This record gives sequence, structure tokens and C-alpha cells, in this order.
Amino acid sequence: MLRYILRRLLISIPLLLGMSLVAFLFISCAPGDYFDALRLNPEISEATIRQYEAQYLLDKPVLVQYAAWLGRLLQGDLGYSFAMRAPVAHVIGSRVGNTLLLTLVAMVVAWGVAIPLGMWAAVRHRTWVDRFLGLQMVIGMSVPSFFLALLLLYIASRTGILPVGGIRSAGAQSLSPVGQFLDVAAHLVIPALVISAASMAGLARVIRGNLLEVLQSPFVLAARARGIPEKSVLWRHALRNAINPMITIFGYELSSLLSGAALTEIICNWPGLGSLMLTAVRQQDLFLVMGDMLIGGVLLLVGNLLADLALAWSDPRIRYERS
Amino acid sequence: MSAANSAQYGFSPMRRALRRLGRNPVALASAWLLAAFYLSAIAAGFLAPYHFDDERRDLSYHPPTALHVRDAAGAWHWPFVYTTSASFDRFYRRQFAVDTAKQYPLRFWVKGSHYRILGLVPSDRHLVGVDAPARIYLLGADARGRDLLSRILYGSQVSLSIGLAGVLITFSLGLLIGGLAGYLGGWVDDVIMRLCEMLMMVPGFYLLLALRAAFPPQLSSIAVYWLIVVILSFIGWAGLARVVRGMAASLREREFVTAAKVAGCTPVGIVWGHLIPNMASYTIIAATLSVPGYMLGETALSLLGLGIQDPHASWGNLLSEAMSIGQVQFHPWVLWPGAFISATVMAYNLLGDGLRDAFDPRLEAGRS
Repeated sequence: MLRYILRRLLISIPLLLGMSLVAFLFISCAPGDYFDALRLNPEISEATIRQYEAQYLLDKPVLVQYAAWLGRLLQGDLGYSFAMRAPVAHVIGSRVGNTLLLTLVAMVVAWGVAIPLGMWAAVRHRTWVDRFLGLQMVIGMSVPSFFLALLLLYIASRTGILPVGGIRSAGAQSLSPVGQFLDVAAHLVIPALVISAASMAGLARVIRGNLLEVLQSPFVLAARARGIPEKSVLWRHALRNAINPMITIFGYELSSLLSGAALTEIICNWPGLGSLMLTAVRQQDLFLVMGDMLIGGVLLLVGNLLADLALAWSDPRIRYERS
Repeated sequence: MSAANSAQYGFSPMRRALRRLGRNPVALASAWLLAAFYLSAIAAGFLAPYHFDDERRDLSYHPPTALHVRDAAGAWHWPFVYTTSASFDRFYRRQFAVDTAKQYPLRFWVKGSHYRILGLVPSDRHLVGVDAPARIYLLGADARGRDLLSRILYGSQVSLSIGLAGVLITFSLGLLIGGLAGYLGGWVDDVIMRLCEMLMMVPGFYLLLALRAAFPPQLSSIAVYWLIVVILSFIGWAGLARVVRGMAASLREREFVTAAKVAGCTPVGIVWGHLIPNMASYTIIAATLSVPGYMLGETALSLLGLGIQDPHASWGNLLSEAMSIGQVQFHPWVLWPGAFISATVMAYNLLGDGLRDAFDPRLEAGRS
């Protein structure tokens, strides 16, 4: 298993490198750079800008710049964010926890609701429950996350029951630890709900489909014939087999979850990686864009790897060593 | 095989599938809704009461105009509207005063701004309208007093067509590249698949933003339109190519491919002429289900101000007025474009489900 993990990680390194090179070239193609904005700032002298340029070799050809960036990366230095006036690692470090918190909560909610819903629909196949849930799932899949976010924020601003955007209230620093936790939790409700809604609907549909298929398979018939209670057939025999394929989906989900989180973060003003990316892109903050993309890629990579490992753990038929 | 199936046995699979689709009321309704949306996008100039940039700054955020059928005295009339004028109260909230002195009846086939249907047929007739000093805002007005309904109609031209354009390019690319990878195998396959994995390495939205950053922020709306199509296709082909590659790799072992090879077909000819037609049902379903993705890509970029720029409308940049959350409660009708986006996405999803059921009745929606 360890060999498999190592091989996966080794394969992904050139992929990440290639991706970063392409991204670097693309961003360098963009007309203008952050220094153009910096030059307009009277507080910053031309000499400072020259110094920045010299320090990060930004006056050299693109490939030299990229090599320098890569060299610093290997030493654990992600570069300097000119817009935030702080090292990129520091800026990202202050955001990555927020994105992970949001994504994980959304994921737990999505799976926690989707599995029972999908099961319910499958067990009540072709009844009004199934049809009603099916309709809800289609609606859930179809309402775009940004629109759902805007709607919920609108309702929140009308009623005042939930905070509108952000991660903390203005005076949260003075609250007790429990109060601070509750404050963040209240801010988390809308973005987490928005992100989970879309994937929840999709997941529930797949679980329903899988379970329907499993429920028609011979081993379920055999279990029923042996007089095993229906509850036990469903939970212990059918569900376990229906959920297995879902673990592969988990890996794919992660990408769309992170993407969905980015847009929702921006709309809900949640200080995460996605909203950071938008700021960085708008300000042409080269190293911040690169760092943010890299971290997004690494998150995805780790998530996919975890999904594959979980699959091997849950399904004894899958053995990675031999393949 | 049942009697019903054997009765259709003489028809091609495609025709049988279309027949099954015709018996699915949900899918049919979705198809009709989409047809209506696309037709109204084509006829936007005629259906919209005003030009998309026809502003009345004094009527900023005018609420939806009330259509009256009874006047102040209680007498019945043909539907009419009153003029309104805006003022501020002592809290600086906008107040609209209705002037009931004169009635402006609703008119059909009125003369108004000039437009061209499909860029060809010039006209200045509009479906509905009211006489000059009065304005009719069926869905309310935006910050500059432009009619939201007109802007939604004009915006649908962008938002609805961009999905089709994106899917067209992505699927041509994805099918051809994925098909070649699967058919040729070997190093071509390896290189293409690594390329796909590279593109799929980064969460799509991050890539979208980064690619958008490579181009100047202020481009003309036409340029931005095609830029978005190209960027979305550039990101989208990878996932499709992987699936197509798998199918091509299994199809390549079939006899008809050997026959084509013996007959002297080139690899591109075999992929295009023999492999891809065999994936038609998958392609049609996948294309239908991926149109919303492209639409939403455009909408998201425009929403963030990186897409279609102001005087021009798209559903995304119309919705960006709702981004200032604190203000939306005073003019909630700016959320309308979102309802149109949702309806379109839902119609595509339901139609895609219907197509899947029609092409493969053994499968149920959601079973991948």
C-alpha cells in the first residue's frame, strides 16, 4: 500500500510541474502586471519596485522567472504577495483553514443528508415519495450555487436570523470561546448549505440508483430468502455494496466542491482560498495566483488519494499492489 | 422482447429512442421550455419593450409596474399604467409617487427602438409598450432605470448561446482527441492522458480565474464572449476526452474497425467516421447534460465582473446587481435573472435525464 501511495505521489509531481508551468506562462502573457498598479501609488518609490523586480528576477525572460519561482518553491518559499504585502505562504496559510472548514462541513452535511434521502427514495421506488424526492433532487441540482447563495443571503438580510456574509461578527473578539465558536458556526450556515445543496442532490440520485441496482441482485434475494429481516438486508447487505462505488465519486466531488466553494466564498464574503484567488487574479498578483492554484491542486490530489485509499479499505476486492 | 418492442424493430435505435422520448412528458415539457427560451432569445428585440441600454436614471430601481384594469373611480378599462416619479423621503429612501391623472393604455405592436432579428431583419416594432412619458417595467428596473425584462431577454442571447457554443467546441475537441488516444494507444495515448490529468489537477474554477487573468480585463463584449467560450472549452475537453478514450479503446477491437482499416481509412477517418458515430447516444446525453456547466461558467465570470461588461447584458452580469446583499432587500426583483438561469439549467437536466432513459431504458436517471 505504501508503495502505491509513493508511486501516486511521484506521478503527480511532474503533472503539478507541468500545470504550474502552463499557468505561469499564461499569467505572464497577461498585459501589465502588479507593478503597474504599484507605480501609481505615490507611497512607493521607483527604487522599491526595481528592488522587487530584481529580487524576484521579474525583469528577466519568463522561463528564467519560472525557474526562479520553482527554485524558491523547492526551498519552501512560495514568494511574496505584492498586493497583500506579505509572504504568499503566510497569506494562504491564513485562508486555507477557512476553506477546509467550509468544505468539510459542507461535505459532511451533503453525505449525511444524501445517503438517507437516496435510500428512502430507493426503498419507496415508484411511489410518491420517490417522485417527490426525485423532483427535489433535480431542483437542488439545477439551482446554481451562486443564485442559492444570493437568495439565502437575501432572506437572511430580510429576516435578520443569520449573519449576512463574512466569518465573524464585528465584536466577536470579545466573546467567550463558546460564543466565538457559535459566531463562526452561524456564519458558516449559509455558505455550507449552499455548497452542500448541489452535491447533496447529485449524491442522493446516485445512491438511489446504486441501491436500486443492488436491491435487485441475487445476493439480496438470497438474504431475503433466508429470512433475514428487511432492515438488516437493507442496512447491512445492500447499503454497503451500494456505497462502495460512491467512494470513487468522492474524489471527483472534491474538485467540484472546491470550485463551488470558491464562488460561494466570494459571494458570502468568506475569507477562503477561492475569494483569495479572485483578489489575486484581479490585482495580477503573480505569486499569489500561482500559490493559490498550487494549493488547490495539492488539496485535490490529497483528496483523490484519500478516496482511493478509502476504496481499497472498504472493498477487499481492490488491491493496488498488483495493478 | 415484448410485442411493443418488436413492433418498432424495423426502426433505427435513434428513432426508437426519440419515440420513447416523445412519451416522456417531463422531458418533452423541458424541450418545449428550452425551445421557447431560445426562440425568445432570437426574437429578443421584438419581445423586449425597450432597448437593453435604454436608461431612465430618474427611475432607478423602479419596482415592477402595476398593470391596472380599474381607474381611481372604479370603472373598468383595458389594462393601463400610470406614470411614476421618484423622490427621496427624509431617510433618503427612494419613494415612487404614482400620478393617477392620466392613463397610458397597454399597446401591442408599438413603434420603439430599432433592432435586427438575428442581425439581419431590421424592425422597430415591439410586442408591448406604453406611450412615451410612461414606462412599463414588468419585472422592475435596474440601477440606471433600464427595464429588467428587456435586459433579461437580450441577456439570454449571450447566456443561452454560450452554452451551445462551448459544448460544440468542447465535444469536437474531446471526441476527436479522446477517440485518437483510445484508438492509437501507445505513446499518443499516454501523452494525451497526462495532458488531461494535468488540466484536471486544479479545481476548475481556480483554473477558470487564472486563465481569465491572462487576458486584459477590459475587452469588448464580443471578444469576452469568445474568450469565455475558448477558456471553458480548454478546461472542459479533458474530462470528456478521458471517457471517450475508454470507449474508443474498447470499440477499436471490433470487426468493423478492422474492416475500415483494411479498406484504407486513416486513423482520423476511423475515429471520426466509425468510432464517434458509435458513441452517439452517449455524446447526445453528455452534451445535453453539460450545456448548463458552460452557461454557469459564463454566468459566474460575468457575475464577478470578469465576463460580459455593462451596457451589454448577460444573465450573469444582471445578477451581479444582487451582489450588494445589504441593498437587495430594497429591490429584490434584481434576483429575477437567477430564476431564468435555474429554469434553463433544470430544463437541460431533465431533458438529459429523459434522453438517457430513452436511449437506455434499462438505466434509470442517476445511475451512472
